[in-house]
Amino acid sequence: MTAVLFVLVTTFLASAVEAIEMVTIVLGVGATRGWRATLVGAVAGFGVLAVIVVVAGLALSRAPIGPLRLIVGALLLVFGLQWFRKGVMRVAAHGLAGIRLSPEDEPPEWTGTGFDWTAFVLAFKAVVLEGLEVAFIVVSFGANTNQLGVAVIGGVAAVVVIGAIGLILQRVVTRIPRSLLQLVVGILLTTFGTFWSLEGLGVEWPAGDGAILGLLALYIVTAGTYITIERGRVLGFSPGR
Amino acid sequence: MRLIWSWIAGFGLFWYHFIIGDDWTVAAAVAAGLILTALFVSAHINAWWIVPLIVISMLGLSLRRASKT
Repeated sequence: MTAVLFVLVTTFLASAVEAIEMVTIVLGVGATRGWRATLVGAVAGFGVLAVIVVVAGLALSRAPIGPLRLIVGALLLVFGLQWFRKGVMRVAAHGLAGIRLSPEDEPPEWTGTGFDWTAFVLAFKAVVLEGLEVAFIVVSFGANTNQLGVAVIGGVAAVVVIGAIGLILQRVVTRIPRSLLQLVVGILLTTFGTFWSLEGLGVEWPAGDGAILGLLALYIVTAGTYITIERGRVLGFSPGR
Repeated sequence: MRLIWSWIAGFGLFWYHFIIGDDWTVAAAVAAGLILTALFVSAHINAWWIVPLIVISMLGLSLRRASKT
């Protein structure tokens, strides 16, 4: 039950981080260039992601659990550390600010006739590129815990929730504190990556599965400490000054 | 032929940036930590603490480097 909850929460949050940017771009493209080609592009992008998740998920579910935990855990750890690091830097620099798209990210208005391939490609690219990281997390979490269905539900639920918020209240999506979400997911991925990769090597964790909570607490304290140090650097303070 | 090579190089580069990111030293240190842990485990020493220690210290070093540039 706890494993299911962890998988659901982690995949939901990871998917939410990427869905914020995905939804912002798709809504921006749809509003300026029209909805038909944009929605077709987004649906095509989700189709590609679904194929990736199914193929990779089925392949990984047949792999032996020991090597799978080591390899996927190590990849998850290295990948999670990227988000951990970016999350610390962004939260230290911008606090709980949402995302900001620069004016050049806004596509030019479409006034032509026929199918708008530019809108299709922009929406398709946004969904596939932002969603690839989510697919990676969903597949690795699902395969390692034998809960691929739960991981997919978590991932899809976040896209649906953020998408619905975006459609109803367009500007609210950009105000969601994405940096903080990224930091939380980075900490979760680093925690599970550490736990699984070492378990795959044959390490016996003190307190068994309870070590996950210990690692989580350790990395939360680490994040808090580094944010304080980074914030000091951003504000121009340094120890001994 | 050149097109195929550039495609393979691009594909490899994409996965490198996707998994490793902009600081390869963190990934290298994690890999070294896992190898060291495997050696300890094969010698019947339950060295669960090596990787968390490397994670915390490399994160600090990487953040320090990033803030200097």
